[in-house]
Amino acid sequence: MKLLVCISKAPDTTSKIAFANGNTSFDEAGVTFIVNPYDEWYALVRALELKEAQGGSVTVISVGGSDYEQIIRKALAIGADDAVRIDAPETDALSVAKHIADYAKEQGFDLILTGKETINYNGSIVPGMLAELLSFPYVTLASKLHVNGNVATCEREIAGGVEVLEVTLPAVISAAKGMAEQRIPNMKGIMSARTKPLQVITPVAFAANTSVQNFEMPPAKSACKFIAPEQAADLIQLLHTEAKVI
Amino acid sequence: MNILVFAENQNGKFPKSALEAVSFAAAWAKSVGGSCTAITHGQIDASVLGNYGCNRVLHLASLAAADGEQITALVIAAAEKSAANTIVLSHDTTGKSAAPRIAVRWNAGIVSGATAIPHGTTVKKNVFSGKAIAHVNITSEKQVVTVLPNAYGVHATGAPCAVEAFEVSVPAARVVVKEVKLESAEGIPLPEADKVVSAGRGMKGPENWGIIEELAKELGAATACSRPVSDIGWRPHHEHVGQTGIAIRPNLYIAVGISGAIQHLAGVNGSQVIVVINKDPEAPFFKAADYGIVGDAFEVVPQLIAAAKAFNATK
Repeated sequence: MKLLVCISKAPDTTSKIAFANGNTSFDEAGVTFIVNPYDEWYALVRALELKEAQGGSVTVISVGGSDYEQIIRKALAIGADDAVRIDAPETDALSVAKHIADYAKEQGFDLILTGKETINYNGSIVPGMLAELLSFPYVTLASKLHVNGNVATCEREIAGGVEVLEVTLPAVISAAKGMAEQRIPNMKGIMSARTKPLQVITPVAFAANTSVQNFEMPPAKSACKFIAPEQAADLIQLLHTEAKVI
Repeated sequence: MNILVFAENQNGKFPKSALEAVSFAAAWAKSVGGSCTAITHGQIDASVLGNYGCNRVLHLASLAAADGEQITALVIAAAEKSAANTIVLSHDTTGKSAAPRIAVRWNAGIVSGATAIPHGTTVKKNVFSGKAIAHVNITSEKQVVTVLPNAYGVHATGAPCAVEAFEVSVPAARVVVKEVKLESAEGIPLPEADKVVSAGRGMKGPENWGIIEELAKELGAATACSRPVSDIGWRPHHEHVGQTGIAIRPNLYIAVGISGAIQHLAGVNGSQVIVVINKDPEAPFFKAADYGIVGDAFEVVPQLIAAAKAFNATK
């Protein structure tokens, strides 16, 4: 099975979020970047498990500048066989999806996996666009994935339970929590990642049709009102008369 | 500017997220002097959508459950029929499966997870998992916007309106639902809940969740948990709220025995009112809380249950 995993770069989950250039861009000063957790923990690891069980190959792909190579090497250290970096700025979801689709359309991938969203832009758009551009079916937010021949069976969490979905490959599937468990790369993986193939492609440019005008921080919370534990019952009245939420 | 909004039929009912999308689209259309048409499908009383402010409802009754590609075909045909240049869907599972396809096929710019009525074509949305807000411009002539659940809210501002039968051929579904496994028929689905009682490792073990469930029941709330608790199997994964679980924005979030790591806060910081109950006065969650009780959950929560019962008796 030929698998493609799309990975994106995201600030470490403990990063302080700040903006630069008149609040028009993310301030990267002092920020450690990681592989977007949904892409790494769930999509990449499940792809590796499928390859280990059934044979095949796992390629990771990113759209971004040379600063992406650190997270690409991390994905190779975890176990991907090779990597592709499309050397273009990540302007918006459409341009990223078009770059990946342009590469993938000639490669004959059976399955393209992505995380359900990135933790920085929270879009959940690229995989669906990719499916449309490649005319593949698309399963959103799969929390379990099994492949039998050319049929993928997914589970997805719904209100009060799960639904079981079936799709014929090739397909795009976005991964949510539950699909796999995070893997920590071992020393052998880290060493071999240095020499695994990383192809850099200089693409034709695609026009974006959205752009961030500016960022702002959410309004500050007012101070916490403390209630003595022996007067805990007062909370219910405060929630009714003051906060007006019950 | 005319807007077409998709309202999902979930087992014969409109989920709250669909009513929010219609409320949002109708208010947006009104603010720019345009019309708002809703499209829905399957066996359902579609006229009620008028209650949420749309001017017109199109209904493809013959299509029951639909996958993302079928919704894409349906929605684009309805947008053409109603001369819309803007399409609105919910940013729920169904919206996520269809909206990106619609944007590509319709050659429209897309912003997902809008939290407020756009100003012109600038859309406000949460980024960095709720730690910041972005204002995003759509530069194309046509646009697709998805609405973050539990952000704008449901606004019943209109009256039932006429429903027009709509016919369009849609392709066969390629994503097929084989089975639905419901774990509990009762209880409130977490993403839709406007009140949530959540607990963490401070509960010491899954056998102690009885008081959490009882408090939730008295308040009409859903139950949730922190990541460590779902990772060690005390609670199901679908209850995990946080950066890598699900993000929720209820009106009331009560956190019991959760320290409030930044990853947990990212999943709940959109909540209107946050109550934190923790033994440790240094727990970082208190900094994000509106109300705090420093105390033992096993002493505090039973008092809250008793007070909630007394409060309910007076209603």
